[in-house]
Amino acid sequence: MQEQVRAKAIELLQSGTCDRILGWKTGEFFYDVTPAVFTTVEEIEKDLVYNAFCGANFSKYLIAESRKGGKIGAFLKPCDTYSFQQLLKEHRIWRENTYIVGLSCPGMCDMDKIREAGIKGVTGGDFTGETLSFETLYGQQEIAREAVLAERCKFCKSKKLVIFDELLGEQGEERETGRFDEVERLEAMTAEERFAFWQQELSKCIRCNACRNVCPACSCEKCVFDNPKSGVENKAAANSFEEQLFHVIRAFHVAGRCTDCGECSRVCPQHIPLHLLNRKFIKDINEIYGPYQAGADPDTRPPLLNFNQGDPEPKRGDVG
Amino acid sequence: MQVNGQFQPTIVAFCCNWCSYAGADLSGTNRLQYPANVKIIRIPCSCRLNPMFILRAFQRGADGVILCGCHPGDCHYTTGNYYARRRMTLLFNMLEYLGIERDRTRVEWVSAAEGAKFAATMNDFVETITRLGENKRLEDLRCKSK
Repeated sequence: MQEQVRAKAIELLQSGTCDRILGWKTGEFFYDVTPAVFTTVEEIEKDLVYNAFCGANFSKYLIAESRKGGKIGAFLKPCDTYSFQQLLKEHRIWRENTYIVGLSCPGMCDMDKIREAGIKGVTGGDFTGETLSFETLYGQQEIAREAVLAERCKFCKSKKLVIFDELLGEQGEERETGRFDEVERLEAMTAEERFAFWQQELSKCIRCNACRNVCPACSCEKCVFDNPKSGVENKAAANSFEEQLFHVIRAFHVAGRCTDCGECSRVCPQHIPLHLLNRKFIKDINEIYGPYQAGADPDTRPPLLNFNQGDPEPKRGDVG
Repeated sequence: MQVNGQFQPTIVAFCCNWCSYAGADLSGTNRLQYPANVKIIRIPCSCRLNPMFILRAFQRGADGVILCGCHPGDCHYTTGNYYARRRMTLLFNMLEYLGIERDRTRVEWVSAAEGAKFAATMNDFVETITRLGENKRLEDLRCKSK
């Protein structure tokens, strides 16, 4: 697949279809693949990769890139196309300046799981196929991609590419993988247990704002978390209240627009399961207002910008 | 807040300008009693209620927050309360998901003619919160008055 991606990138540049190509390039470590803009064939041949660590969602980068003039070509995986379509719907991306190559995606891997599986001291290897092979200080080791899939890919909602100009690989289908199971497990707990769970998870937050910066739905030019008047702009959680509520406020801001791409949990340096907050909103919206998948189609109104006269009242507690 | 060794809840009531605030006024002119624990904040429409206001009220020591607005269909701005209803439904579900008691939050539709309903609602809500006790989970200790 990597060879196909490189060939396509080179073809797009040489044919003049695109002026720049947005692709992945290996960062400081082999598992630390970062987005990069390529302008020459040499760069692409040298650096462009498509392997098991290409988790980054490009749709947010396209907001800025599509406004720079010239045409930008980008590779989008199925989950990225949902975010892309959602951003188009919000008029954030200049579609005419973008050229989308849809990629089929076998699921991306989580380095922590690879380490847990006992593969350490990695010096290199081949991470493009169904089986990942590592050259380590202790010799050659192999592991199936399936076994070390990132959490979000294990519960992948859809392999379907919802928007693209050109397809590389095969079109997939929406899937049912039980992504709400963990939310249901939490809902079944008592209030005390839930509070303890979230306090433990959220108190790990160091307010690096990585979740905010990476989130395709968080694309406001002026963010409440940068506004000193909001009272929640601190760059470190000053107290337990901020710890608990920074993420709740963020989840509410993207409610109904979150496509469940899972980037927030991927980039969190503290491994907070932030997707569980977003999935709670998605689950509630599906249950109360009917099934809705953000970004799945260009026309449907988002549930929080819409209403029905017969909507149910907010649920009451048991005491009162 | 403890008064004479007894727990007195602090309740923040967000009331829409056109219906519930007038309803509160009516219950006053009718001399209907409701507890002084309720602090009313007037908002132009129930839809003006930013979910942050609710979180902020809890942070500053509120034990319960209630939103009162026009009955669905009667909004002064035609549709504001429908949007508010969706937002509050999701927000309250999320707060419950985080482990905050659902009884601490409530939405009630009170029209300008329903002074009696306003007083009854407030009496009931204060009683509920009194039974629940102090809000410890969402409180910011720095904001506590001595």
